[in-house]
Formats: sequence, C-alpha cells, structure tokens
Amino acid sequence: MSATSLLKLANGAAVPLSKVPRLELAAFREAIISGCKRDRRVSALFGTPHADGLALYGVLADDAAGMLECAWTVLVGDEFPSMTPECPEVHLFEREIAEQWGVVPAGHPWLKPVRFHSSYRPGHDAWGRAQDVTPLIGVTNFLRVEGEEIHEVAVGPVHAGVIEPGHFRFQCHGEHVFHLEISLGYQHRGVERKLVGGPTKRTIHFMETLSGDTSIGHATAYCQNLESLGGEHAMPRGHWLRGIAQELERLANHTGDLGALAGDVGFLPTASYCGRLRGDFLNMSAVLCGSRFGRGLVRPGGVTFDVDEVRLEDLRKRLEAGAKDVTNAVQLLWAMPSAMARFEDTGRVPTDVAAELGLVGPAARACGLRRDVRTSHPYGIYQLTHIPLATLDSGDVYARAYVRWLEIKRSIDFIRIQLGEGPRGGIRSECPPPKPEHFAVSLVEGWRGEICHVALTDASGQFAAYKVIDPSFHNWMGLAMSLRDQQISDFPICNKSFNLSYCGHDL
Amino acid sequence: MWHVLLSRIQQGHRTAKYPKQAPTLPDRLRGLPVLDPSQCPEGCNECVEACPTDAVRFDEQGLGLDLGRCLFCQDCTNACPEGAIRFTTEHRLAAREREALIIRGEIQERVQALDQKMLSLFQRSLKLREVSAGGCNGCEADVNVLGTLVFDLGRFGIQVVASPRHADGLIITGPVTENMKLALKKTYDAVPEPKIVIAVGACAISGGPYAGHEEQHNGASSVVPVDLYIPGCPPAPYTILDGLLGMLDRLGPERLRAFTEAAKR
Ligand code: SF4
Repeated sequence: MSATSLLKLANGAAVPLSKVPRLELAAFREAIISGCKRDRRVSALFGTPHADGLALYGVLADDAAGMLECAWTVLVGDEFPSMTPECPEVHLFEREIAEQWGVVPAGHPWLKPVRFHSSYRPGHDAWGRAQDVTPLIGVTNFLRVEGEEIHEVAVGPVHAGVIEPGHFRFQCHGEHVFHLEISLGYQHRGVERKLVGGPTKRTIHFMETLSGDTSIGHATAYCQNLESLGGEHAMPRGHWLRGIAQELERLANHTGDLGALAGDVGFLPTASYCGRLRGDFLNMSAVLCGSRFGRGLVRPGGVTFDVDEVRLEDLRKRLEAGAKDVTNAVQLLWAMPSAMARFEDTGRVPTDVAAELGLVGPAARACGLRRDVRTSHPYGIYQLTHIPLATLDSGDVYARAYVRWLEIKRSIDFIRIQLGEGPRGGIRSECPPPKPEHFAVSLVEGWRGEICHVALTDASGQFAAYKVIDPSFHNWMGLAMSLRDQQISDFPICNKSFNLSYCGHDL
Repeated sequence: MWHVLLSRIQQGHRTAKYPKQAPTLPDRLRGLPVLDPSQCPEGCNECVEACPTDAVRFDEQGLGLDLGRCLFCQDCTNACPEGAIRFTTEHRLAAREREALIIRGEIQERVQALDQKMLSLFQRSLKLREVSAGGCNGCEADVNVLGTLVFDLGRFGIQVVASPRHADGLIITGPVTENMKLALKKTYDAVPEPKIVIAVGACAISGGPYAGHEEQHNGASSVVPVDLYIPGCPPAPYTILDGLLGMLDRLGPERLRAFTEAAKR
C-alpha cells in the first residue's frame, strides 16, 4: 500500500470524517508497518464501535515533513493479525484495543491486560472471560525466569514515597536484574468512556486531571481540537499565554525531577534546593491563574486570565531569581563526582531500542532521537518562536537528567523573551460547537513528551470517540528496558529519570 | 566542598514563618467561596447547571455549595448573572465533618481539633502514610511539597512515613478506584489503632470530577472512616497544612478571628 492513500493532516487540523480514507485491513496494517520502517511514529492507534464491527483508526507522525498520516479500517471478526512482531511500538496500543473491545491481535507476543477492566463490548473478550467476571487487578501471567538461584521481587501498588500506585516485578539473580515487568491500571477511573458524547461541562476538568502535573499540556491539546472542530482559531494573546504556562510547567517538573534524582543518590543540597525551586516555578503558574498546576487557565478559544505590566514584572523577577538559583543548584550536582558515577552508564536504553519502542519526550531525546513536537509539528506560539531541540546520545540516567537541564535553560530563555512583550488583543475567542462528523488530531509536547488527542464527532457534533495518548503510554516499556542487566538498587534512579505518569497511562 | 558551602549561602534560608506569620498567597487563588443568596433572582438555576460536579445546589436551606465536591473552577461564578457566588483567597477550608463542608450564606469556623485523648497521642508527633487511589498527581504533589524546606512539615512533628505499620494514620488522595480499593483497605488495616484518616482533595472527599463513574467509589469514606477533609482540586499546600495543624490544635485561639475577618474581605 502506498503512503499516498493516507490522509495527510497538519497538527491541530480537522477534516470531515469522509476525507479520512477507509482501507482494507491488510492495507491498513501494511500502511502502519511500512510507515514505521520509513521513519514514521505511531501517535495513535485505537478502536471505536462501528456498525460492521470495530473501526480501527491509525495516526502516524511524519516528523521530517511535519505532517500526520491518518487512515481507518473496519475489523469484522474478533481477531486480526498482530502488527507488534513487525512493529514493536504498537505493542501497548494493540493490548489496549484487545482489552477495550474484546478483539485478539493474533500473534501478539505479550498480550496481557493494560488496565484490568471488563470489555466495553459485552460478549467480546480477548481472553474469553465470562461477562460477569470482573478482572482482578494485577492478576496476569507475569514473565518468570526459572532457575535455582533466581528470585522474584514484587513491589507495589502502594509504594514507600508519596507517589501513585503501580506494580513492579523484578526477576533477579542476587542484585542483578534480568527483567522488570510493570503492571499498571490501579489509577483507572474510566475517563475515556465518559468523554464519548461530550463535550460536557466535565470534559475540560477531565483534561486538566488526566495527568494532573500536565494540566496545561492536556488542556492545550484538547482546546486545539475543539478550536479546529469549531472552526475558530484561538486568540494570539491566548496562544502566547498558553506557551508561557506550558514552559513553566516543563520548568517546574524538570527542576523537581533533577532534585528527586539528586535525592535518590543521597546528594541532599541539590535535592532540597530543587524541591523548593520546583515550588517557586509552580507558584509562577499560580501568579498567572491562581492555581499552581495551571487549572482553569486554558480554555477553548484561548485563556481565561490576562496579564498586565505589573503582573509581567512580578513574573520576570520571579523568573530571574529562580533561574539564578536553579543554575546554582544544578551545577552543584554536575560537579559532584560521586553523583555522576551513579548516573553515568546506569539504565541505558540503546538508541535502536528507543526508536523501536516509539519512546517520546526527554526519554527519547536522551537516546539521540530528534523527537519534539514543538519543533517537528509546531503549534500555537511555537509556530512563531523556535525552541532548540536538546539531545544527548548515551541513553542513560545521566543523559535523561542532562537533557532536562538543557531544557530547563531553554524554557527559561523562552519565557524570558516572551515575558518581554506579547501580542495585543483579546485573550479568548468564542469557540463554536464542534462540527458534525469531523476528525481532528492535536499534538502537544508536554514535559514528558508527545501528548496526542484524537477526536471524532458524530452527526450531532458530539464526540463519537475521544482518544487520549499520554506520553507515558509510549514510555513505560522504556523504563522496563532500562533495568535490563542493572542492579536492583538502580531502580529508584532509573524510575526517577523517566518519572512517568500512572494516571495518564491508566486514564 | 567550598562550592557546596557557597551555594548554601546563595540559596539562603527559605522556611516560611508560618504559622507565626500569615502565608503569602497568590491574589488569583480561588479559596473559600462566599455566597450571597439574597442576590439570587427568582427561579435562577444558572450556577447549578454550570457546575461540573453538582457542588452547588438549592435545597430546603436554600443555596449551598459543597466544598467537598468543588473543583474551585469558578464556572458557577461565571454563570451567575448577579455575583451571588464569589471566591475569596481564604485558604482555610478543612473540616472534621463532611456536613461542615457545605457552605451557606453565613461564615463559620471550619476545622475542629481532635479530642483530648487523641491530642495527647498525636499533637506533637503524627506519622502518616500516603495512599494515592486514583489521584491525578496534583494532590500528591501538594502533599509532597510540604516536605520541602519551605514548609518543613517535620518541624511540626508531622512526617510522611514509608510503611503503614510505622504510621498513625493515612492521607488518602484520589476517588478510590475499584482497582485500588483492596490495596487501600489493606493499608488501612495495617495501621495500628488508634488511627486517623485524612482525605485530601475533591476526589478523595467525593470522587471529584470522576464522581459517579463505575470504575471508582466516590471517595475515601466509601472504604474507611474519615477524620479530616481537606477540600481543593488540588488544595493549596497551606490549605493542607492548616487542616493538619488545626486538627492537632496547634494554631492557637487567634485562628477563628483571623479566619472570619479574612473571609469577609
Ligand atoms: S467552582 Fe465549585 S461549585 Fe462552582 S462550578 Fe466549579 S466545581 Fe462547581
């Protein structure tokens, strides 16, 4: 199947559903598999009910061309040949489709539940479970390494720190980890099902809490979809404020992550300074909109709070003070040989593995992959202002930490320039309701990586499907791979170096 | 070594003077809402229709706003034609009783201290275990931040510990997903008696934006008895701190007066 049969779509655009080509299943599979061989990434692959069975939609990202490629197919039976053996990055997408819609991707090497809920199509179940049997969380066939001296370490769902729940199983020989299996779903609160039929008055609040530390990222992705579906652009001044808020979100979280990494290797000065600074950057978001997490700021059509010169000056002062202290705190870390010895060569993910798994965000850039939606598929303010891409090659904890530091500096530079002066005019336009039978895709570079939202509207303009892909969905397997042949005591820093979202994955 | 000491000087002393000094809060903070039902036009239902979580309601007692459900989004304020619902920057929101979270026209003191027996046990040392049961990492982050040097929770004798067996109680965040229900119950059972349960955030109090979803249980009290409710989405760190210290009766008699005055502004 040639790539020309796919619909090419720009980030943040909407088209009538009829424009999205319907392919035969074989052609659809071929388009995805061959696309991945030609440097495309799978941004979305999901199912939604259809009169003839199950519709499967696919969105590939062509980073070089800055375009998205879309197509769909209809699956009639309850089985289809899995694409994972040829295209590993769809492994979790296929597991999700199997769990949600009760179809079997035949030949999938790792077909296990993702979030441990019953099938959304009564009477169809990928594991042949009876309809009245509720799946038990964490009950699945974990991979086991056999051997006399092999032992298994199981951790979670409740962990020692103030973090979200997840289950981790290590297959070990002494301290040596052969394999880590991560089983999630504990945070599953049924968001996607409730998005269908929207937008409702809850929809924007779901977006802001899909992954609560990425409220700006997910709310922006959603609003871009609503704006393209409604046919009304957001106000330039709204884009500008969204951009500032988004870089503040990145700045705060990256700073917190470096502090947490320092804490995990016992280097307390950086840990405590960065812990404080993270809060200071979050407080800048609160200066913008009253919420440290940017809740209530991003809305369809733009933003809800404007800034005057007094507020800008307050933000500038806070930014400069924070910039000075974060530089000082992080330089301490790089200058500490004992900390660096723990970071370097720990938790390495080889570049080819990262590419095969479809990693995104800082985790991908730390493996030398040039993936950043702000650069490849620019949206909003990033169409006008360029943020240089930060990459490193070594793929280890050090690289994931150092990429964050580079991005901290670039976010500070970006915010500093933007706080100079913004576009004039209103902050929010009136966003008309979504057009009926349309299809829209929106990508945003959240602080963990690519956020992808896909919306399909029905004849009345309501969501027939609304798909959310948090960057963590792509990256959890990266964390599992980073533990291969490491010491089990390396887990905390490997984990912090990814710092993935549980709730964003579990939805 | 020298650069570590030098940076110690640059970074300075950052622990806030709270509670001796009132916290500085952002002017746009959405804290305690104040209702003025006398403004409500006959038959108007705009706020109720706008609210995403059914926090605003008209019942036998008239207009009420349930802080336990509220996301502090101001959708009601924006919908109201008369300005009958207004959000102040008052951060003190916690309460010991679920019913006390329902705001009416008048202003009342919120959090009450524990009884004497519990105070004698926990006032000067309280160890808590956090369980996230479907939380979005907003409440978790604002609990975490209390451990940073700005708040320095340890100076109040309060500490978040790694195991429920070392804890005097639980902090629960999230609506309690079906998939976390058993783990939460087991964690609760592992805490020795007597124990305290603190529900932080709209989700843990009422299910928050997820209330009614069959994948969750509308908050912590569906599984365990709750002793302290701290509203917010997420609550500001000072809101959480105020709740904890108020429950432990460590804020002094000035608190009530300060509270009432602040809410009048
Ligand atoms: S601020 Fe609270 S009461 Fe008002 S609409 Fe939002 S959730 Fe409802």
